[in-house]
Amino acid sequence: MKKSYIFGIIVIAAAIMMIVSTAGDASSYVTFKDAHDMAVEGNDNKIHVVGQLKKNTAGEIVGLHPSDDKLSFTFLMVDENGMEQEVFYNEPMPADFKRSEQVVVIGGFQQGMFVADKILMKCPSKYQEETVI
Amino acid sequence: MIHTTIGDMGHLFVIISFVAALISIFNFYKAEKSPIPEVQKGWMKNGQITYLIHGAAVFGIVISLFTIISNHYYEYFYAWSHSSRALPVEYIISSFWEGQEGSFLLWLFWNVLLGFVILLTNKKWAPSVMMSFAVVQAFLSSMILGVVIGDFKIGSSPFILLRDAMDAPIFNVNPDYVPEDGTGLNPLLQNYWMVIHPPVLFLGYATTLIPFAYAIGGLWKKDFKGWVRPALPWALFSAAILGVGILMGGYWAYETLNFEGFWNWDPVENASLVPWLVLVASIHTMITYKKSETALKASIILVLSVFLMVLYATFMVRSGVLGESSVHSFTDLGLSGQLLIYLLSFLIISIVLAAVRWKHIPSTEKEVSTYSREFWIFMGATLLCLMGFQILLPTSIPVYNSLIQSFGGISNLAPPADQVEFYTKWQMWFAIGLAILSGTGQFFWWQKMKKSEVKDSLLMPILVTLLISAIIIVTGGMTNIAYIIMVVASIYTIVANAKIFFKIVKSNYKLSGGAIAHMGLGLMLLGILFSSAYSRTISLNETGLLLTNSEEVEDNFNQENIPLFINDPQTMGEYTLTYKGRFFETYDGGYVKASYLNDTDDENSKVIKRKIQRDGETLNTGDTLKVYGANHYYKVDYLHADGEKFSLFPRAQINADMGGLISSPDIRRKFSKDLYTHVSSVPDPTQEIEWSEAKTMEVTFGEKFFLNDFVTVLEDVKRVDEIDGEKLKGNDLAVKATVKVYGDGQDYILNPYYLIRDNMAGKIPDENREIGVKLNIESIQPESNTFTLSIQTTQKDYIILKAIEKPLINLLWIGTLVLTFGFGMAIFRRYSEFYKMKRKGLE
Repeated sequence: MKKSYIFGIIVIAAAIMMIVSTAGDASSYVTFKDAHDMAVEGNDNKIHVVGQLKKNTAGEIVGLHPSDDKLSFTFLMVDENGMEQEVFYNEPMPADFKRSEQVVVIGGFQQGMFVADKILMKCPSKYQEETVI
Repeated sequence: MIHTTIGDMGHLFVIISFVAALISIFNFYKAEKSPIPEVQKGWMKNGQITYLIHGAAVFGIVISLFTIISNHYYEYFYAWSHSSRALPVEYIISSFWEGQEGSFLLWLFWNVLLGFVILLTNKKWAPSVMMSFAVVQAFLSSMILGVVIGDFKIGSSPFILLRDAMDAPIFNVNPDYVPEDGTGLNPLLQNYWMVIHPPVLFLGYATTLIPFAYAIGGLWKKDFKGWVRPALPWALFSAAILGVGILMGGYWAYETLNFEGFWNWDPVENASLVPWLVLVASIHTMITYKKSETALKASIILVLSVFLMVLYATFMVRSGVLGESSVHSFTDLGLSGQLLIYLLSFLIISIVLAAVRWKHIPSTEKEVSTYSREFWIFMGATLLCLMGFQILLPTSIPVYNSLIQSFGGISNLAPPADQVEFYTKWQMWFAIGLAILSGTGQFFWWQKMKKSEVKDSLLMPILVTLLISAIIIVTGGMTNIAYIIMVVASIYTIVANAKIFFKIVKSNYKLSGGAIAHMGLGLMLLGILFSSAYSRTISLNETGLLLTNSEEVEDNFNQENIPLFINDPQTMGEYTLTYKGRFFETYDGGYVKASYLNDTDDENSKVIKRKIQRDGETLNTGDTLKVYGANHYYKVDYLHADGEKFSLFPRAQINADMGGLISSPDIRRKFSKDLYTHVSSVPDPTQEIEWSEAKTMEVTFGEKFFLNDFVTVLEDVKRVDEIDGEKLKGNDLAVKATVKVYGDGQDYILNPYYLIRDNMAGKIPDENREIGVKLNIESIQPESNTFTLSIQTTQKDYIILKAIEKPLINLLWIGTLVLTFGFGMAIFRRYSEFYKMKRKGLE
């Protein structure tokens, strides 16, 4: 048994551990329904939900409520299956939040309310929305 | 009037550069393959000429595009979407590489220069190395070709006219329509770091090609050993430049973005770090090879991998595959197929060439002893590669998802929810391992050690390390075991390398690069550890305001922002903070309060509302003042419990084109820690104010009354013969009221006017956003000497602020400089080695 073989085995073992750990720690994109079911089962892993802000027929955002001290806010989000859910975020409203065409919230359910630890926004690329005049 | 010529020229240059690169490939190939020296010379001459033409064409592209941007030709899509008239010169330069096409161009440009350097400095290797260069240049040129054949698009041209790029109705009416102004450069990028960070980073990327090209050349020529000597100084240069480039990005993020650090584990950041880690590993194996003829195969694999990693990073960042997982990947230009071909071509060439030659690569069969320097260095290189691998795995999740989906599967993996924690739990132990290895490895490197000697030479550094660490751990009150180990390991590498350094400097200072670089690493690790693990949010909200009306959410949230109202002092830990209002920065430095200025059509020109005294000069009413209108600064006065006073000016930018408010921190730098402050939310200064319903009240001189909760007094009413610098005409009659508002710690003056012209009354109100007041003289009753004022109010000015203490972050920046200096020493040494051999006619 040469040293280099032992060394190789250790490296491969480390690599496999990393792959397993990545697979284990990887979150997943789910819907609000799945997220809710997970919370009911007591699984408190953080998950990603992709969706959009709820808008009325006139295209205005509805259900956006900053707290009195403006340090946190709640909003209504519609996931890809069309399910609507109130989301709470304990940070001041991000700057371009109202303009985002897609939102990813990372967090989990706590007592019927989806609490986001982090919000990722996909803003419209400035080429699509705008026109020159 | 549309300037089509310059764009056509630019486009022609792109085509020339592409074709010339293709012809160069052929020329250099023939030059390499010709057995007869005379013929080889001829082909080489051809190659030089075609490469020169290619280079000239690339300069032509750069000049054309620059001309379009700097002359504000907004009929071109690239200029329109990346720059605007109000941009200062340095940002005109950075708008050049804001888009993908521009950054490809930057890469092309560096490669041209590097290719010239290779042609000038190297005879023997030039044909084979230049062939790799020509292939890369052909690929890069094709990325900006902008040729469309049917549905098939090759490259995205920076010379597209706006009317061809977008489908706006105006162009049907007037095809020659040119927009007045561009949409501007992303305000976040309006920072001097963004003028230098991209060129440096791309020079780093470009230089990774050189060691790669040498290794490929070596495999191709079957000169398996000779390529290491010329490649090594370039690999060192590349590592230094790429490292500095990456850290500049980190420093920019620290200064400009508000995620409160210098590293966010964003896929785009990771994609640049991984090649660097593998590059540093390859330098170590190359050095080992030069010393003792071992690790040649490892060097070849690693050197090839570095460039392939750069291509993989390019693919990830530019193909749109990262879509949801990265904040700042480029928008997809539909080049993903092209990028994939680029990556796969080089991957296949590398693998095939290495596999075919594998049997012929010399390798040593002797068993490596644990007490040999090769063993330690190899361990270090392995660890660096594992670090890279661990970062690459989760970063590639989106790629993996796309791959599964392209085969019809379903994959909904998302990156780890808490990225920082996820990466830290691995990288921290790797870093500890690196620190220990780089301390110990150096001893083995400089002294051939036997078992008995190890103890003697390491005893002293270990004792010193433990002493220093103990002092740090006790004074810092550290309890976390992992952090304690990290401190000990970092101190150890600094101490051990310092000992080596003093020994080498006496004999030959040229050899001290390695010891210096490793000391830099130790300092960086300490800086990273303390600034991230011990950073403290000090802006904890203790106002006790209700967080949310929802009963369902547990209210154990830790609120890390505090609201500050204008002139209303708030305690924050050991500090008392007072928000003093919104300011603009003037062109000549210094700040001027926004409420003293009136807007004009140009956002960078403001008109003085009333006399301002500034250091040594007086600004009079009606004067124009040049300010950086896109940047709103919020002055916050800090008073520390021990009497220290200072002001910070965190910044916010409002840019409707880019969406909303973007805040950047201001940082109070002290030697031992930084105080990092940014606004999380501010009332949008560009929005119209919603004033309350007007209330009227009748007041007389000297009478005190309340205005939006402030004590206010009507001081006097005077007849004036001019309003805001404009003389009155004919029988006009005007009076100016002076109303004094006693704000907290600052008094405000409001001057509404009342004008009588042709028996009509005109009212000119005055307003102040800070105290949220708008005042009008409604009517004058001369018989009772009273005035009826109409008052409208709004929310007082406020900001929501976050403040964090980051201890010892300076060690990270100092360590970076030390590391770079060490690289510099090593480059100097290795290049002189190569140069000596060249002088002997061996290269």
